[in-house]
Amino acid sequence: MTPDRMLIAYSTMLRNELVRIFRIWSQTLLPPVVTTSLYFVVFGAFIGSQIAPIDGFTYMQFIVPGLIMMSVITSSYMNTVSMFYFAKWTKTLDEMLVSPMPEWVIVAGYVSGGVLRGLLVGALVLAVSLFFTHLAIFNAFVLVAALVLTSVLFSLGGLINGVFAKGFDGISIVPTFVLTPLTYLGGIFYSVEMLPEFWQKVSLFNPILYMVNAFRYGFLGISDIPLWQCFAVLFAFLGIFIIVLMYLFKQGIGVKN
Amino acid sequence: MHAIAVKGLRKTYAPQKGQGEGTEALKGVSLTVEEGDFFALLGPNGAGKTTLIGITSSLVNKSDGEVKVFGVDIDKDRSLAKTHIGLVPQEFNFNIFEKVIDIVTTQAGYYGIPRAEALSRAEKLLKDLGLWEKKDMPSQTLSGGMKRRLMIARGLVHNPKLLILDEPTAGVDVEMRHGMWEFLKKLNAEGTTIILTTHYLEEAEALCRNIAIINKGTIVVNEPMQQLLESRGHAKLEQIYLDLIKQESPA
Repeated sequence: MTPDRMLIAYSTMLRNELVRIFRIWSQTLLPPVVTTSLYFVVFGAFIGSQIAPIDGFTYMQFIVPGLIMMSVITSSYMNTVSMFYFAKWTKTLDEMLVSPMPEWVIVAGYVSGGVLRGLLVGALVLAVSLFFTHLAIFNAFVLVAALVLTSVLFSLGGLINGVFAKGFDGISIVPTFVLTPLTYLGGIFYSVEMLPEFWQKVSLFNPILYMVNAFRYGFLGISDIPLWQCFAVLFAFLGIFIIVLMYLFKQGIGVKN
Repeated sequence: MHAIAVKGLRKTYAPQKGQGEGTEALKGVSLTVEEGDFFALLGPNGAGKTTLIGITSSLVNKSDGEVKVFGVDIDKDRSLAKTHIGLVPQEFNFNIFEKVIDIVTTQAGYYGIPRAEALSRAEKLLKDLGLWEKKDMPSQTLSGGMKRRLMIARGLVHNPKLLILDEPTAGVDVEMRHGMWEFLKKLNAEGTTIILTTHYLEEAEALCRNIAIINKGTIVVNEPMQQLLESRGHAKLEQIYLDLIKQESPA
């Protein structure tokens, strides 16, 4: 397949996903915005007003980057895991598999769909957060890089989950029992420096901590983790996930019959 | 030239939970289909037809053997081999929430066909197959016969040289079935090679020039339709088919 035809195939996948996201916006875009708004109200406005500033920022300002990141992570992951599993279950995936699209274009199409939804949700949550607090951008490059790379990473993760899922249970187990705890314990609501030393060390094994801190640095200029470590962890996981996915697609594991 | 050349094709499915051994679906199948042919691939349920089609169209990994599509080895240039094939599977496998026209143009997009050209091809195919009036309807609103025709339109949108139809008329009423026969005959006359699997043996008899019967992963007959009928005293294909399948089955 020539590069220009690959581009058409890729843009076809992306256009379909964009149409789907907006067609069912009440399922794809609205829920994370509502949920995060509740966090802003309860943790930011009600409880947060009773909490002392962290590194010179109000509690609301401190948690906003983490809450945006949480929405992006969840939306990106859920988009690819649900879309890919649905395509497998209904066999619409065969439409792509019989076509001359290389495996990496199919992977890129699904991942881009996840990133698209993740970033749309992130932008909406950011817009809502501005009703509750003032935010300045400390480093736009770090902010965008952390946001996009994290969205790509969790879109890839969702796709791996979708490949292995053998039923609808299989697409909800990881988000519920792995992703949610890691996200909540990933420094969204607190600085790890507030934790006892032992738990500070345990937290370092949570990859989401690095992503939340990189993103928070982009907004506020503060991070519990050195910035280079945040991006090193991100790139390491991206590399691993890409290699795993390409292997699965090349071999047809969880993809073909 | 061979549209399809299959040599020593084997497929063993991995064992399911609780099963000791895997299922051997194809046991060294060799088969050729000439370019321009209208070819019947018949066999009982579970004989290996869909597996053979699945491997040819890259939906199923083979265990061993060789498959060439218009001379292109699927192991060496799978992408090119795929461009030659249009597949109409047995099960409805389109997004039921999508519009009819979108299903066809999306498939064209996956083949790298520009949007304007995809729309033009989709219009022609949907008109030829009597679905143009339904182009903006969600596909779930179509009748069974219309869904089958939609899958044919989708399978043809990239102008394949070979069309593989896996039970395309299952559940289709007689009138519509005859309409589809006429469409397929015309398509074949225009040069498209067609491989047809069906449980309606009169359909295979009416349409196909060559025939292969597969049973338990092995080809039991592969010869011209006329020759097969004549060699059995001009019996009906259904009777010949039943005799051959019984011979191959344990008493």
